Amino acid sequence: MNISRRRFLTVAAAAGGSIVAAPSRALSGARPPAREYGCLVDLALCDGCRKCELACNQANALPPPDRPFDDLSVVERPRRPTDRALTIVNKVAVAGREKPVYVKVQCMHCNDPACVSACIVGALTKEPNGAVVYDKSRCLGCRYCMVACPFQVPAYEYRDPLTPRVTKCNFCFERVSKEGGVPACAKMCPKEAIEFGPRADVLSLARERISNPGTRHRKHGPHVPAIYGEHEVGGTAWMYISPVPFAQLGFLALPAEAPPRLTEAIQHGIFNGFIFPAAAYSLLGLVMYMFRDRSDRKENGGGKGSGSR
Amino acid sequence: MSAEIAPRPVRTVPCFTSGVFALLAVVAVGGIFAAWRLISGLSAVTNLSDQYPWGLWIAVDVATGVALAAGGFTTGALAYVFGGERYRAVVRSALLTAMLGYTFVAVGLLVDLGRPYAIWHPMIYWQGNSVLFEVGICVMSYLAVLYLEFLPIVVERYKDGVALPRPFTALGRPIHSALTLTGRVMDRALPFLILAGVVLSCLHQSSLGTLMLIAPTKMHALWFTPISPLLFLMSAIAVGYPMVIVESMIASRSLKLEPEMDVLGPLARFIPVFLGLYLAMKVGDMSIRGTWRHLVGGSPVAPWFAAEMIGGVATPLFMLLFRRVRRSPPLLFAAALMVVLGVALNRLNVFLVAYSPPFAAKAYFPSPGEIAVTAALISTLVLAYRFTVMNFPVIAGRSRAS
Repeated sequence: MNISRRRFLTVAAAAGGSIVAAPSRALSGARPPAREYGCLVDLALCDGCRKCELACNQANALPPPDRPFDDLSVVERPRRPTDRALTIVNKVAVAGREKPVYVKVQCMHCNDPACVSACIVGALTKEPNGAVVYDKSRCLGCRYCMVACPFQVPAYEYRDPLTPRVTKCNFCFERVSKEGGVPACAKMCPKEAIEFGPRADVLSLARERISNPGTRHRKHGPHVPAIYGEHEVGGTAWMYISPVPFAQLGFLALPAEAPPRLTEAIQHGIFNGFIFPAAAYSLLGLVMYMFRDRSDRKENGGGKGSGSR
Repeated sequence: MSAEIAPRPVRTVPCFTSGVFALLAVVAVGGIFAAWRLISGLSAVTNLSDQYPWGLWIAVDVATGVALAAGGFTTGALAYVFGGERYRAVVRSALLTAMLGYTFVAVGLLVDLGRPYAIWHPMIYWQGNSVLFEVGICVMSYLAVLYLEFLPIVVERYKDGVALPRPFTALGRPIHSALTLTGRVMDRALPFLILAGVVLSCLHQSSLGTLMLIAPTKMHALWFTPISPLLFLMSAIAVGYPMVIVESMIASRSLKLEPEMDVLGPLARFIPVFLGLYLAMKVGDMSIRGTWRHLVGGSPVAPWFAAEMIGGVATPLFMLLFRRVRRSPPLLFAAALMVVLGVALNRLNVFLVAYSPPFAAKAYFPSPGEIAVTAALISTLVLAYRFTVMNFPVIAGRSRAS
């Protein structure tokens, strides 16, 4: 699908008068910065204790949960992050496997985030340290970021009549900005299932665990040779390794191309240097002038003949 | 020239009729829901959710509203850019439809936005990568252009003097000179505004088609195509004249005027050309990318696509090829209405039907509150149109009695 789409883009460019130019990454500010952080979630280690949910709730001063965090029956029903819980853990039963797999869900902090590209006022930004953060003072509540997110992560405070916010994990931006700071969930995890560090290091760690599992990991069986988030939608700061294939755990199969590459190519193609709008304006002006000339002559020749059929 | 009737305020019908009262009732019901939304939040009135952040209001009030307001720029382009002087008879009503259409796009957005008081933020917080930013800025600019284009009609209405009540009589003269000056400036500025209107329209009509391309994995392949902006532009151009025809014929009937068949008939000749181009683009795109495969095999969304393409494009395209259809008021109206409904359905399909979030608990269907607010917006638009043509020189119609 990817190849055919890209191939068709060239057709579209020809049809649209070669309006599709090269994507301008410099403008987007979406290029992964040199020192960006990442997190690795090792699904072989997580046992669904919900401590990360508790830590997130405290760190973000969220309202108390519907059921206390030590009530582990909550994980039985699949959940999604909401405006009251920025991260959640779901239990996934896997056929032919004795133990279930627990999957933590939160914002993936994409390298080239669709929400950031979509946001009409730049209320969402990709920070140099890798976090995708939200500024409520700019937001007008159009919710296009929610339409754009390929992971369907951002939630909205629909119950708030006048000052609703888009809510999602912000990578504990304040904490990790400080020296030695670690996201609350990663710090709290008793199983050390969440490793935090520079994205490149975290990626190396993931590769090492896959190729050379330690004794602690061996009892859960080896990892499948895939790192979810390494390439999906242009790569994400949060990545996962798993003892079972990701498709069996409900992870979405996503293309390697980040969604903004297509929309920004079209957008900047049309507006590059305002050449296309200016040319259209001038051309139409010329046509208007030519026809005005003709109608003047007709008028001089006696009668415009309008209304005749 | 002398055969032409100058536009003038329509005085053939009473201000209040049973139809007007019915529309006012619809407005009142929607108004209650809109007020409730402001007091209790979006969750109280809508079925919007984290899975479906956009619903009926965006699909109909905004996306369809913008598309159906395209008659303003297409008629303006024909009458003033491409030398179609005879179509100037319907330019003013097309302009009014566009002006009111875009106004209600903005009003609809105010109800839908989480923080409506921040609607002006795109003016100061520029985000050039955002397709929505482009749409927003273009729509704001075009709305300003439309109001400026309407200004000469206001000037014409009051140029012969404004009779002000006693204490303000002295103001009559300065107001009159201000109006005269405005009229003179507008005479010079109008060609530039018309061109700006056409360019701005092309830009945001196409960008509306780029909007959903940011969510490739959530969109159904039948409506997801990189040429979506081109298809949106082409369908907006194609729906422009049908909308003018529908609007003009409904207005004529409601205001007891002769339908302007000597203008609308010839105008309809262009529709098959645009519809044909649109159909060719669509068919070409689908055959090159092989997406026609999704039509076979009983896909639940296939009927929506078929309704849009057969009912809204192919059938009216065929009908309007015949002079007999273009000359018959009921047939012309039927064909034009099919195009209008077809493009409306296309927008609904792209923004609602094609959108399927991967983790959806249940499918979205608009709530009674959402439907009531949309109905109220459309009714208010109709009432505003009626009020304007009864007080300003917009329509150049002959009374049906004469």
